[in-house]
Amino acid sequence: MPAESGSNRRPETGAFFQRDRTWHPPALTPNYKTSVLRSPQKAPLAFDNTLSEISGPVFGHAMLGELDADLIHNFARPGESAIGERIIVYGRVLDERGVGVPGALLEFWQANAGGRYRHKKDGYLAPLDPNFGGCGRAITDEDGGYGFRTVKPGPYPWPNGPNDWRPSHIHFSVFGHGFAQRLITQMYFEGDPLIWHCPIARGIPDRAAIETLIAALDMQATIPFDARAYKFDIVLRGRRSSLFENRLEGN
Amino acid sequence: MAQSLDRLRESPSQTAGPYVHIGLTPNFCGIGGVYASDLGATMVNDKTRGERIGLSIRVLDGTGTPLKDALIEVWQADADGLYNSPAELRGAADPNFLGWGRCPTDMDTGLCAFETIKPGRVPFGDGRLMAPHITLWIVARGINLGLHTRLYFSDEEKANAQDPILARIEHRIRVPTLIADRTGDIYVFDVHLQGEKETVFFDS
Repeated sequence: MPAESGSNRRPETGAFFQRDRTWHPPALTPNYKTSVLRSPQKAPLAFDNTLSEISGPVFGHAMLGELDADLIHNFARPGESAIGERIIVYGRVLDERGVGVPGALLEFWQANAGGRYRHKKDGYLAPLDPNFGGCGRAITDEDGGYGFRTVKPGPYPWPNGPNDWRPSHIHFSVFGHGFAQRLITQMYFEGDPLIWHCPIARGIPDRAAIETLIAALDMQATIPFDARAYKFDIVLRGRRSSLFENRLEGN
Repeated sequence: MAQSLDRLRESPSQTAGPYVHIGLTPNFCGIGGVYASDLGATMVNDKTRGERIGLSIRVLDGTGTPLKDALIEVWQADADGLYNSPAELRGAADPNFLGWGRCPTDMDTGLCAFETIKPGRVPFGDGRLMAPHITLWIVARGINLGLHTRLYFSDEEKANAQDPILARIEHRIRVPTLIADRTGDIYVFDVHLQGEKETVFFDS
C-alpha cells in the first residue's frame, strides 16, 4: 500500500507505546453502576503489538458527504436548521510524540440542545428537534486538523443514581493508523460544573486526565454573529521508531 | 532536572454509552439520510477472494445475559494473510477486501452477525506464523475502555497449537475462550465479560 496521499513519508510500522492503563478509567467504576457486571475481572494478556495491532484500515476523504461535518444541517429539512447554541468544534488529532495524525477518521454523536438523543432508548422529557439527527464525521487533514459545526448539546438526567445528570458532552470515536490506537472518548465543555459530579467522567482517576477532555472556549476562532468555537485536541498512542528493530519485512 | 521528553499522554477513554448507534451506525437506529449506509456493514463483495464464512457473536455480562447495546468491530487479514493497510509491507492485499467491519448487537437477541472470509496466516514479530485469527474490539455502555481480543477458529487445531499468542496464556483452561466453534459455514463465538468463562482480553 502507498503512504497516505500527499505524503512522501515511508509508512510507519513500529509498535505503539504501551498504554498507561492507570490514566484511563479502570474497567470497574462502581459509581457508574453498569460497569459492575460488564467489567472484566481477570488480568488482561499483555504482549507487544503484532502486525494485527500495528496495521489498521484507511478511510479516504472520498467517503465524506458535503454535510457530514455540519450537524446543524445534515439532518435538517431544506432551508431549516437545528435549534440551539451554534458552535464550532475544532482541533487536532496528535499522537503521544506530539506528531499530527493525518487521515484519522473521527465520528461524533451527541444529544440535541435540550439534552435528548434521537434514539428509541431515550425517553427524556425534552423534545426531539425535527432538524437534528446528532451524528457527524470528519477525516483529519495533513496536520491532523479537523473541525465541525453543531449545536451545543444539553445536559440530561440518566438512570444511575436517583439524581445523576450528564454534563454537556460530545462522543468521539477515533481511528488512528493502527487498530491498537482505536479509541472512544467524550468531550466536555469548559466551565461546566456538572463534570465534577459525573460518575462517568470521575471514573477517570486523575483530575488532570479529566481536564484533557474539557474543550476550551476559543474566542479567536468564533465567527462573529454566528457561532462560538471550542478547541478539542485528541491524543492517540505514540508509535515506536522501528529504526533498530527487527523488521517483519526483513525476514 | 533532565531534558523533557516532550511527550503527550493518550486521551483517556470514556464509555461509548447507550447511544453509540447514533454515531457509528445511524441507519441501524433509524437516523436515515445522513450517510448512504452504515460504515463497515458490508465486508465482502462478489470479487473478494477467499472462503466465505459467517461470524455469530454475542457479548455476555456477569449474569450470562447478552448485551443488547454493544457494538463490535472486526479487523482481519485477507485470504493470503495480508492486511489492507499502509503498515503492510509484504505485498498488496485483496483490493476487494478492506478487512474491517462493524456491527451492533441485535436489540432483541444480542446477536451480532458478520459475513466475511477466513483470513490467512500472519507472521508474528519473529517470523513464525500466527494461526488465522480476527481481532475484535468491543464497546458498550458500562465498558470504560474498548475491549480488545481475538477470535480463532476451531477447525485450525494444528495452527492454534503453534500460535505464539495463544501459547502465552498461562492458564491453559482459558485458551478455549478465544476459539470460535464451527457449525456449517458459521463460527459461533461468545464473549464473556466476567465469570468462570471470562474471555481472555488483551493489553497490547
